[in-house]
Amino acid sequence: MATHTPAPADINQPAGLVTYAAPRRLLLDVLHDWVTTVDHKKLGLMYIGYALIFLVIAGFQALLMRVQLSLPNNTFVSPQTFNSLFTMHGTTMVFFVGMPILFGFGNYLVPLMIGARDMAFPRLNAFSFWISAFGGLLLYFSYFGASGLYGAGSAPDVGWFAYAPLTARVFSPGHSTDYWTLAILLSGIGSIGTALNIVATTLCMRCPGMKLSRMPLLVWLYLVTSSLVFVAVSPLTAAQIMLLLDRYAGSHFFDTQAGGSAVLWMHFFWIFGHPEVYILILPAFAFANEIIPVFSRKAIFGYPAMVAASVGIGFISLSVWAHHMFTVGLGPGANTFFTLATMVISVPTGIKLFNWLATLWGGKIHFTASMMFAIGFLFQFLIAGLSGIMLSVAPMDWQLGNSYFVVAHFHYVLVGAILFMLFSAFYYWFPKMSGRMLSERLGKWHFWIFLIGFHLTFDFMHVPGLLGMPRRIYTYEADRGWMIWNLIISSGAVFQAAGTLLFVYNMVWSYFKGPIAGPDPWDAWTLEWSTPSPPPAYNFAVIPTVESRRPLWDLKHPDDPDSRYE
Amino acid sequence: MSQAAVIPQTIPWVLPSRGVVGMACLIIAESAIFTIFIVAYIYYLGKDTSGPTPRQVLDLPIFTTLCLLSSSLTVHLAVSALHRANRTLCSLWLAVTVLLGGIFLGGTAREWHKLIVRDGLTLQTNLFGTTFYSLVGLHATHVLVGLVMLSLALIFSLNGSMTAKHTGRLEVLSLYWHFVDAVWVVVFTVVYVLGR
Amino acid sequence: MPSASPSPLHQAVLRRTILARHLWALVRSAFPHSSTSIFAPAGTPAHSILSLSMLVLGITAAIFLIVAGLLLYAVVRYRHRASDANAAQEPAQIYGSNQIELAWTVIPILIVVLLFLATARIILSTQNAPRPAAALDVTVVGHQFWWEFSYPKLGIVTANELHIPVSDPKHPTPTYLTMTSADTDHSFWVPRLAGKMDLIPNQINTMWLDPQAPGLYLGQCAQYCGVQHAKMLLRVYADTPADFSAWVVRQQQPAVNSPDPQAAAGRAVFQRSVCISCHTVSGTVATGRFGPDLTHLASRETIASGSVPNTPANLRAFVDNPAAFKPGALMPAMHLNQRDLDALTAYLTTLK
Repeated sequence: MATHTPAPADINQPAGLVTYAAPRRLLLDVLHDWVTTVDHKKLGLMYIGYALIFLVIAGFQALLMRVQLSLPNNTFVSPQTFNSLFTMHGTTMVFFVGMPILFGFGNYLVPLMIGARDMAFPRLNAFSFWISAFGGLLLYFSYFGASGLYGAGSAPDVGWFAYAPLTARVFSPGHSTDYWTLAILLSGIGSIGTALNIVATTLCMRCPGMKLSRMPLLVWLYLVTSSLVFVAVSPLTAAQIMLLLDRYAGSHFFDTQAGGSAVLWMHFFWIFGHPEVYILILPAFAFANEIIPVFSRKAIFGYPAMVAASVGIGFISLSVWAHHMFTVGLGPGANTFFTLATMVISVPTGIKLFNWLATLWGGKIHFTASMMFAIGFLFQFLIAGLSGIMLSVAPMDWQLGNSYFVVAHFHYVLVGAILFMLFSAFYYWFPKMSGRMLSERLGKWHFWIFLIGFHLTFDFMHVPGLLGMPRRIYTYEADRGWMIWNLIISSGAVFQAAGTLLFVYNMVWSYFKGPIAGPDPWDAWTLEWSTPSPPPAYNFAVIPTVESRRPLWDLKHPDDPDSRYE
Repeated sequence: MSQAAVIPQTIPWVLPSRGVVGMACLIIAESAIFTIFIVAYIYYLGKDTSGPTPRQVLDLPIFTTLCLLSSSLTVHLAVSALHRANRTLCSLWLAVTVLLGGIFLGGTAREWHKLIVRDGLTLQTNLFGTTFYSLVGLHATHVLVGLVMLSLALIFSLNGSMTAKHTGRLEVLSLYWHFVDAVWVVVFTVVYVLGR
Repeated sequence: MPSASPSPLHQAVLRRTILARHLWALVRSAFPHSSTSIFAPAGTPAHSILSLSMLVLGITAAIFLIVAGLLLYAVVRYRHRASDANAAQEPAQIYGSNQIELAWTVIPILIVVLLFLATARIILSTQNAPRPAAALDVTVVGHQFWWEFSYPKLGIVTANELHIPVSDPKHPTPTYLTMTSADTDHSFWVPRLAGKMDLIPNQINTMWLDPQAPGLYLGQCAQYCGVQHAKMLLRVYADTPADFSAWVVRQQQPAVNSPDPQAAAGRAVFQRSVCISCHTVSGTVATGRFGPDLTHLASRETIASGSVPNTPANLRAFVDNPAAFKPGALMPAMHLNQRDLDALTAYLTTLK
């Protein structure tokens, strides 16, 4: 890496300041500090830690399902248990892993990257975290509480999208569905609160000189993501209020026996559900926009196009929801419209992919663990997008919808793109958050083991869908020819589990024994790398002023600053 | 050395107010929730197989609507008064706002009483009942929350805690109140005008 | 002037092609044939979807090869090598290019237009297909966890095994399915015949099938509908015109009134038990609509919605305790004593 200018001196230490080591505190004091904190960094870390715990739990649920599905007519778990497993796995992964971990990173990074000291509303930030956390605990309490149909304790088993009228009292007696509804309702409130904070912080607290056109792309993407949250999560909140009214106040929103419409629930759910998956992927794009340039040693190619594409994706994502409903009988007009809208969204998405390619092109690529995960992301996101295009073709969806082809597609996005980019983000920002480097050697082992497992599972998962295997079935007939594929898929899960455990070990070990990171281990260019690692509570002793998109590049290259070209 | 820390702030640097942006975000989110309830109302119009229809039981709530809409004006006057440091006038206009909002809620309560007792329309009766009570009820809940906040503001104005330097915060609250009124315009149009 | 015998090059290529084909056949034999593959269409909707799929696959494969190829090239060619002369310098910082952005915006838009037009054509041709007069009407009602099939113009009601006539492309005799659900959402999916269509309560959906070869086509419910969603299987029998007419005639008869004493005893058990509140046996007092019509139960190859072969032993076990086969099925265990159970089973096996 270029070193003709030393990394900027710690601008948070005005000359002459004496520092001293604080005395060790009681555990109770430390806990109190974390429970009452309003510091965006601590809250960000709590979101991330919370999400990692649920990642392991939901991953374990997936392992149980894969064991059950390895053989036809298997009896490893009962039908009821399996149905709860896929419901809890999906609900947990979307609402209690995906949302918290991505908002955790946003919480941590956005103020630092815009030169602010905290979020706009620190107490709202804390409230949002705790109410989301409570939602997760409520969902899992259903295993113990719930007075379900099959005895004491039953987790929800209506699928993560809980179609009506299966969720009506008559088809889902007991309280398991209510735990689902309430847990997500609370988590939704938390998401809206955090999104509000991110938007207010981004618009109102940028440091001097940081016009919108000079913000890091990560901040732009979190701005778009948060805006999507307002218009996407709210419809789900509304639908869940309606569901609760149906179940307990005798209303008829989705009560098909009284003239209500099952399709209306689908519309409301997917008006949330489709933008939701963009809410999950846009932060992954945000990480890619920061990490790929640094390890290519080149500025991101096409910053204005990237902004426009991201905003475009946000807008178009609101118009494609009924591609989840191609088989519901909406009619050829609607099916045609939603096919077109879904295909159109591939254009700005492709623009982003090509811009990343152009960033790599002509660069000097360093294959750190972080970058390896980012490169995996690029290939895998390409494939995921292409299988998405196949599904956007409504007649293909008539065959492949609700089959394992769809499951393969969305796991390709969620695991192959989002989780890979999350791993990349961990290797990149863990040094900043903890002050120590993660082990690169363990990181590369993690990458290769996880990569093998990912491809074993999710490449081959497309095949059963093509051979007619629907999703959400606790078992299958032996005469369908699906067994060999299910065995291969299940074998990959073992590798992914191993890779994930290796990653957790890496984090724990490195936290205590990793090499000291210093403020800027990657020779990067955005403001978070100008603070010590980890940053002090106040982030910046003096609020910086910036003159370009890469303020630290300007400092390190005073002869050739970015400000000359913007 | 880090020039970043030393550049004097000669560039003018003005950013929007956090409160206004935060309230705008909340308004967008709440609008999305209301939109879904309004869509449900419109979707189910005319689909009832039994029970009272809108035309049979709904009367135009002109008076309460006028009260609510004029309360937008009065809250704006309260904000202006506070800006000019006229605490008495601010308290007066806040009190009128709360009164007008209270009249609206009272009118809604009377209307619901009539619908339930005389016309036999409840949430459970039919699709119209379900969508009417949930939509109007959601709005009324927002009015109630607004009234609570305005009453708090009134108390702070009366006891001297709220002064001219808090104008921004009162303005943010008034944005919420304007939003509640705007929603009523839409609900009124959809339920009482177009739907009947 | 072409030579009389193939050139050595030609021979080599031929040998390798044959070898490749053998290898491919060997590989394929390791993976058992699937009876529900979308790659084995037997009806017009499935055929047109597969053709469209091949076009889409071709386009997406081309995009993949180009973009992934470029990515791979970039990742290899532009590696940082410490041994390079200028390894310590930053590379040239390129901030963007409007022409390139335009190019990779316009080209994808053109691909989207092409793909969309091809797709719209198939959507319209499938969903707006004109209905020939010779079409057969079948009403499908989805239940938790079984399929009710009725032929309104023929006066037939049956369950779980759908018999339809084969359709000759020159004189089409498709079957029109009018579908709804009695409880939760379901979905009718027989991959070799057509795409799937959902069964939604309080809503009517339609689709058509035209199997072009006689045989049994398998499928199953494709929309999660509750505990036993996995066992709500479909069996579609495409019969030759003669077989179909014969089947119709048999199904139109009222229930067989067997003189066999044990069957008669079983009929008595049936008619005094709660069986009649859920099941119909036409020509008797049993007129229940909640469960499958049993009038011609013994003519079906399977019970429990395709998941259990229809043998006397299985039938007996199922009636005794449905949850042994399908835990969560809505039919309760009948708690009959052994003698009644034997008689009942004998009765049911006479309902041909």
